[in-house]
Parts: sequence; C-alpha cells; structure tokens
Amino acid sequence: MSTLAFYIHIPYCVRRCGYCDFNTYTPAELAISADLSVTSRSYIDLLLREIEFARETSTATTVPTIFFGGGTPTLMESQDLGRVIRAIGSRFDLDDRAEITIEANPDSVTKGKLAALREVGFNRISFGMQSAVTHVLASLDRTHNPENVVKATTWAREVGFQEVSVDLIYGTSGESMKDWERTVDTALALPISHISAYALIVENGTKLGAQVKRGEVIMPDDDQTADKYLLADEKFIAAGFNWYELSNWSKPGSECRHNIAYWNGDNWWGAGAGAHSHIDGRRFWNVKHPAAYAQKIGENKNPMHEQETLTAEEIRAEEIMLQIRLSTGLDRASLSQIQEQPLVGYLTTHHLQADAWANGRVVLSNSGRLIADRIVREILL
Amino acid sequence: MPAIPLSKAPQPSETNPAQIRNFCIIAHIDHGKSTLADRMLGITEVVELRNMRAQYLDRMDIERERGITIKSQAVRLPWRSGLDNQEYILNMIDTPGHVDFTYEVSRSLAACEGAVLLVDCAQGIEAQTLANLYLAMENNLTIIPVLNKIDLPAAQPEKFAEELARLIGCEPEDCLRVSGKTGVGVTELLDQIVKQIPAPVGDANAPTRALIFDSVYDTYRGVVTYVRVVDGHLSTRDQIQMISTGVRHEMLEVGVISPEPVVSKGLGVGEVGYVITGVKDVRQSRVGDTITTYNNPAKVALAGYKDPRPMVFSGLFPIDGADFPMLREALDKLQLNDAALVYEPESSAALGFGFRCGFLGLLHMEIVRERLERESNLTLISTAPNVVYTVTTGDGTVLTVTNPSEYPEGKIEKVEEPIVRATVLAPAEFIGTIMDLCQERRGTLLGMDYLSEDRVEIRYTLPLAEIVFDFFDQLKSRTRGYASLDYEPIGEAEGDLVKVDILLQSEKVDAFSAIVHKDKAYAYGTMMTGKLRELIPRQQFEIPIQAAIGGRIIARESIRAIRKDVLAKCYGGDISRKRKLLEKQKEGKKRMKMVGRVEVPQEAFVAALTTDADIDKAKAKAKERE
Repeated sequence: MSTLAFYIHIPYCVRRCGYCDFNTYTPAELAISADLSVTSRSYIDLLLREIEFARETSTATTVPTIFFGGGTPTLMESQDLGRVIRAIGSRFDLDDRAEITIEANPDSVTKGKLAALREVGFNRISFGMQSAVTHVLASLDRTHNPENVVKATTWAREVGFQEVSVDLIYGTSGESMKDWERTVDTALALPISHISAYALIVENGTKLGAQVKRGEVIMPDDDQTADKYLLADEKFIAAGFNWYELSNWSKPGSECRHNIAYWNGDNWWGAGAGAHSHIDGRRFWNVKHPAAYAQKIGENKNPMHEQETLTAEEIRAEEIMLQIRLSTGLDRASLSQIQEQPLVGYLTTHHLQADAWANGRVVLSNSGRLIADRIVREILL
Repeated sequence: MPAIPLSKAPQPSETNPAQIRNFCIIAHIDHGKSTLADRMLGITEVVELRNMRAQYLDRMDIERERGITIKSQAVRLPWRSGLDNQEYILNMIDTPGHVDFTYEVSRSLAACEGAVLLVDCAQGIEAQTLANLYLAMENNLTIIPVLNKIDLPAAQPEKFAEELARLIGCEPEDCLRVSGKTGVGVTELLDQIVKQIPAPVGDANAPTRALIFDSVYDTYRGVVTYVRVVDGHLSTRDQIQMISTGVRHEMLEVGVISPEPVVSKGLGVGEVGYVITGVKDVRQSRVGDTITTYNNPAKVALAGYKDPRPMVFSGLFPIDGADFPMLREALDKLQLNDAALVYEPESSAALGFGFRCGFLGLLHMEIVRERLERESNLTLISTAPNVVYTVTTGDGTVLTVTNPSEYPEGKIEKVEEPIVRATVLAPAEFIGTIMDLCQERRGTLLGMDYLSEDRVEIRYTLPLAEIVFDFFDQLKSRTRGYASLDYEPIGEAEGDLVKVDILLQSEKVDAFSAIVHKDKAYAYGTMMTGKLRELIPRQQFEIPIQAAIGGRIIARESIRAIRKDVLAKCYGGDISRKRKLLEKQKEGKKRMKMVGRVEVPQEAFVAALTTDADIDKAKAKAKERE
C-alpha cells in the first residue's frame, strides 16, 4: 500500500514580511481589486484540477497527511479549504486518523474561523507566533499583538484541535538573550503540543537581505544564536517537549507526521503555484506565479515548471542530509569507512551522542545539531 | 647626412678597429635610456621610421611593461661623424639597470671603451647609477656625462650638471644636454661618442679571445651568445672552445645585430656581435667566459669571470598541486635563459611539492616568479625569502642553511649571515628618516657625503636578510620615493639569530618558519599568529596558534570552535537546493590543505606569506589595468 502526502500551497499574504522569501504574493503585487473570497474560490478550483491530475499520475492509494501552507492559507474561505480536503478524500483513501494541518496567522483568526476550519476537517494547526516580544516582532514586520497568540491557541483547543503548534524565530537583529528567553517561556505557557524554533535565515532577494548587505541591519553573531538554540532546547525538554528534528520539538506522539515524510524521503505531492513534489526519486515543481499557474491549469496543461531525476548517489546524499537532522539519526552500518572516519573526530568533540554511536547510530548532540551542515559536508561522498 | 646606408657601411669582419666605438649607456630605470636608444636607432637610420616602436630593444613583455631592461643587447650603428666626415661603426651595448644584475653589468662594461652616463635632469643621479658609474670608472671607461629630458618643465640641468661634474671630475659645461623624446642633442652625442671614446685595441694575429657579455636562449635558434672580440678573429669556419669549461662547440652562425640579426662572415678585433653554436642552455655559454678557437686556443682567459651566486632563496609552490610537473618544466625552460637561477625540489607538509629556488636578489626573484606565472600560466605561492646562513652547531658541525627547515635543532654555537654594503642616495631632508630605518635594520653607518647642496650619499653595512625583508619598500615609502638604494655583498658576520616556528594545534607549519634576529622574533611571532587567526576559518574544535623558538612559546592566539553551521529549515522545496549547496561547499573543501587536523584554506597561506607591501603592489597593478 503506497502512500502520498499532500502539500497544498496558498500563495497569498495581506502583506509581505521583510525576511520572507516564500512564494507568496500580496493583493497589491497581484493588482487584485476584487474581494479575496473571489480569488479564493477560483484558486481553489485550480487546486482541485491539479489533485485530479495527481490522481491520474500517481499509483498511491492512501493519503496519510495533508499540510496547507503558504502564504497565509487562512486567507482562503474555510469552505473552500474544505473542498480541497474533500477532493483528496474522494480520489484517495484518506485515513480517519490522517493528520491535516493548516498554518495560521494568530492575528487573522477568530474563534468562529477556527471552528469552521475544524468543521471542514483540519485537526492540526500551526500558528506563526515568531516571538513574544513586540520589538522583535516589529523587526520581523509582524504586527500581531503577542496576547492574540494566547487567545488563538486557547480557542483552537476549545474548538477541538488535538494538535496545536507554534513557530518561533530567534536570532533577529536586536533580540537579546532575555528577549528570547521570554519568548520561550511564553510559548511553553501556551496550550500547545508542538514547537518549531528557527534561527532566522537571511535570504538573498528579501528586504532583510538587502538591508544586511547595505549594513543597515546588523545580524547577531552566530555564537549568540547558538546559545539561544541551546537555551530553547534545554527549556523545551524540561517542559516535556522532545527534540525530534533539528528545529522541532513535541510532546510524545505529537510529532508532525507530514514533515517527517519529507525527512524520510517519502512520496508527496505539492499542489499549487510553485509547489514542489517528490515521487520515487523524481522531484518536480510547478510554475511559481499564480497567474502562470492559472494559465497552465486553464489550458489543461501540466503546471510543472521543471523536474530532476535523482541519481542513486543523490538519493543517498539527501538521505544523509535529512536523516542526520532527526533524533533517530543515521545508521552507522549504511556508511562507508571513509565516511565514518571523520565522524570519530566529532564523537570526541561531543558533537555526536556517544550512547547512540555505541548502538550503531549517528545521532547529533545539541552542539552537533548546530553544526549539522558541516558534518554532512564531511560525509557526503 | 650623417647616417650611412647599411649596405655602404663598413662590413662586419672587415671593419678597421680604428673605425669602431664600443659604448654603453648607464642610467637608472625611468631616466630615458630606452627612449634615447630608440632615437639613436632612428637617427642612424638602422630602423626605418615605419618599423619603429617604443623601446625597440626591450624584447620581453616584462621588460617593456616594467620599463626595465633585464637582458643586454648590442646594436651595430653605422655613423658618419659630423666632425670629421669619416665613417664609423658604433656598437651600443645595452646594460641591465638593477642591483641584482651587477655582475652582468660589469661584463657589459668590460666589452666597452666608453659609457654614456645618462641622468634625468629632473631627478638627478640614483644610487644604482652611481654604483654602475663606479664600476665603469674601475674598468677605465671614458665617461660622457649626459643630461636627459631637458625638454621637461621640471628640468634642472645646471644643478645636476654640477652634481655630475663633481662625481666624475669634469666641468659642468662638459655635460651634454639631450632629449631622447624630441631628439635634441642626440646627433651631437653620437659625434661626441666618436670623438671622445677610444677605438678598441687588440692583436688581430694573436689567438682569438672574445668576451661573452650576454647569453640568451632563443626557442628557434638555441642559445645566442653576445661577444666582443678582443684579439684574433671569429669566423663561421671555426670550432670554438669555452676557456672556463674547455667545452668545444661548432660555430653555426656569426652575425651582428643592427638591430635585427644580420649574418656575417665573422667578427674581427673590437667588433661586437653574436654567435650561435647549437648549445641549448645558457649555462654552457656563461656570461664572463672567454671564447677561443679550438685549433689555435688562447692560453689566458680574459679577466673577471665569476660564477653567479644566488643570494636570496625562496620556496615556490604551485597553488594546485597537480601543476607541479608544469612548474618543473617552466623552471627548466627558464633556466635555459638564466644562468643565475638555481632550484631543487622541495616538499612542504603545508604547501606540498615545489622548488627551493635561489636568486641573485629580490628583483630577480620577482621577475622569475612573474615569468613562471605568465609564460606557463601557473599560479604560485612563494614562501618568505631568506638568505644563506652558515650555522655552527654545538658539536662543531658547520652547515649551510638556505631554508629554515634545514636549521638544526639543539645547541647552536653561532650563526653567520651575509652582510652588504649599502649605498642610499636621497635628498638631505631624509637623512634622519633613512638613518632611523637602517638603525632599525641592524645597520652600521659607514659614512655620508653630500653629492650636491641638498643630496647625500649615505653608506651603511646591513645584514642582507634585513634588506630582503621589505627594506626597499620601506625606504621608498618613508622618503616619498626619492631615495635610491644599491648594495653589494661584503662578507658574512655573526648574528644573534633564531628560528621561529609557527604551530597550529601544536603542529609545526613549515611554510611559516623563519630565521630572524632575536629582537625581532617576538614581532614576527605576533604578526604571524595574528594574521593566521584572521585567515583560518573556525572549525569544530579550538585551534591554538603559537609561535615558538625551539620549545619556548613566544606568542599565542587561538581560533575559537565554530558554534553554528546549519540552516534551520529543511522542508519539501528546500531539499534539492540544500543538497546542491552542500555539494558545492564540499567542492570548496577540496581546496583546503590539512595541517594535522586543521583545514587551512589555500588563500590563508597566500595571504599569510604576503607582506603589506606586496598587497600594495598588487593593488597598484590592478589599478594600472583598469
């Protein structure tokens, strides 16, 4: 029984945040004058066509997870989002226990909206909290009132979401160690089962990237960012959240199954503008712009922009790169002697967990996770 | 018209010595020697106007670009004197203009009876010119003082005529005034060369003796040897023999340069020209050696022959280890044309395989490196240059050390280092500055003389090692470029010297070891450890960097362990991009050299071995290219 996870991309935001390089568009950028609900209806129609196409293409039968990301998926009408879930359910075998996640902006939800989302089938919600500190949020161009996160997560629980997660970002310009500690403590006081905490990545082509290049924004040094990671890891674990992927912690059993599918190299279909898919060692991705996407679908064409077929060596490289990020780590037996040899050095510097090593696994310690890319470079062939 | 058509001029091999004048031009870089030579080629009409190009005689790109002459040549110029309306043959022998090539200069001078002392009358005489002038005087050459560039607005002919007159003991009005650029005074100069410089004297019937004053490798012809016949006659029929080595050669071709090669039947007494013997390596046809004929050999060689002795050593390593065979080939090729270049393979733990090379001096080193890089398209790292040390160990063993890695461990009785006598010429306002610099560099003042009211000659003895280490750059920058330097080796002296090693994580990095004076060891240690701390990227463990004399640490720095090297997010769309990024970075890792467990980027070696002056020079060069 082969499986196919679904990622649904909603490429719209009310405004663009300075650090964000995701494939998303604001009404101003798209020159949309009509009500967003019109856009919602027509974009969802396109997604349904792509899901049909996925059905024709894929041999999979079961869909274990669906993840709605963006952009801001909650900008779409809940009923429209429900149409997508129903479409997948009618064409594939959608498990009763399937994990169906939506990303949400804590500012743009009401209890009613959350109830409607729950109603159409979502059972996991991930809020972009980012920080509990106003000046940090401002530096990220996020304007929500930190209080709203408390309300939003509480409502989510009340309307029946079993799994509630928050995303945090640390390492912004001007964020002190104390600021970060406050964010971590605030998050841990929320009724949540999952936390993702990301060190801010300054991407080329973003407003932040340009500001850093021009010297207008000074990024904190990596040592401080590393200290923030260690602080968060310690506090999360003390609060009963287990580390399971480099930037992810959860209560036992509340790991995000959809994301684990990415890291395990499972098959998934990304539907929507610019979305990426992976089927049996083949990666392909759609045209980026919603208008281009609409045109392709409208002409009954494959919205795919490009594809690559991975060589056995590339598949192996991806396995190493992804699995080493997980708490389950890599199987030592799968490594050659040449690959294992540099790892011995990292074991002596305590970047690898000694007990796991003795049990035949390569598992990163907390300091090792912070230099995971360096370690991967050592063992890539 | 004083010029004579070539075909009607006295022919090589049958020119009466009384009609011959052999001269050279002594001048500093930039004082206009090449421009004056161009002008002479034009006025004597050996080069047609349409074929003329700037610096006609400087054949190598490097010569033309740097405006300096490395290899001398001889040009045969027919000339009808305006004073007596007689026909003459003027042989202009070009001389190298740099301190590194003093020996070659001395051989060129030995081929002449007279010298044109050419001085830029906006700048005055420079130290190297003065040194060459003294050499010419020792060779009993007739000196014709000439002030060049009289067309310049900044020209001060009166002032510098006084200076020249005082130096050579003539009257200021005896100095000719010319402009190589406009041609003013050049005809008069040619006439004065005929009038003042004596004709060569030799015995046409004696066994042949010809002085080799230059030897150049030509890809098509093999070695072209430039000679001045002193006695007897050289002809194509002869078998010739080198007196110093006794080696016999067939004579394939004899000719003169005018200024393109012209084959002749032979060369007679006093004549200057070239011979080609099919020899493939200039070391078989050495500057200063005497050529004689095999059938009727001369017994006594001409005086003054010396083996060139390298004074400065440095390791040359290809940046890409795979280029080692190419470097060997390039050095072999270069040596065909450079008898002074010596090298032997060297292996460095840090830099891989390369060559330990010996040079006449710093300019020679720079030129060799530049030619290797340019002509063979190599990218090289050179280790800091050092001199030759004589080390006596505790048990009385005497070692010659040309490489810090050969420096013995354990007890050392004494270390001797080469000492030079340095002459600095500069405006008097810089006396204090120059003395400070020489004092810092362990100099001993020998004396000081005023050349004119505001120009002085300062003489010092200095360890050569101090000159090798950016002395010239310092001198130039501290005197705003006005000072000039010349030096000659005068022997060895004991010095309080130590070897400083640089250790990365307790591993010695051989490329960074240096032999320095005890008082400068600390400064070298802190400089290198500081530089390396900036240049070596952080790694997963702390890296101590130490400078040590033997077992004693004199400076330390440390590179903290890297804390963060990971991208926080890796979801569906990120995977492909991230894999490609890591693979690319992995490629970058291959350019790292391992020192023990420490990865050192190639660039760090290059940068650590580069002095600030090198960086300034590189910047200046880059600017020129813009």
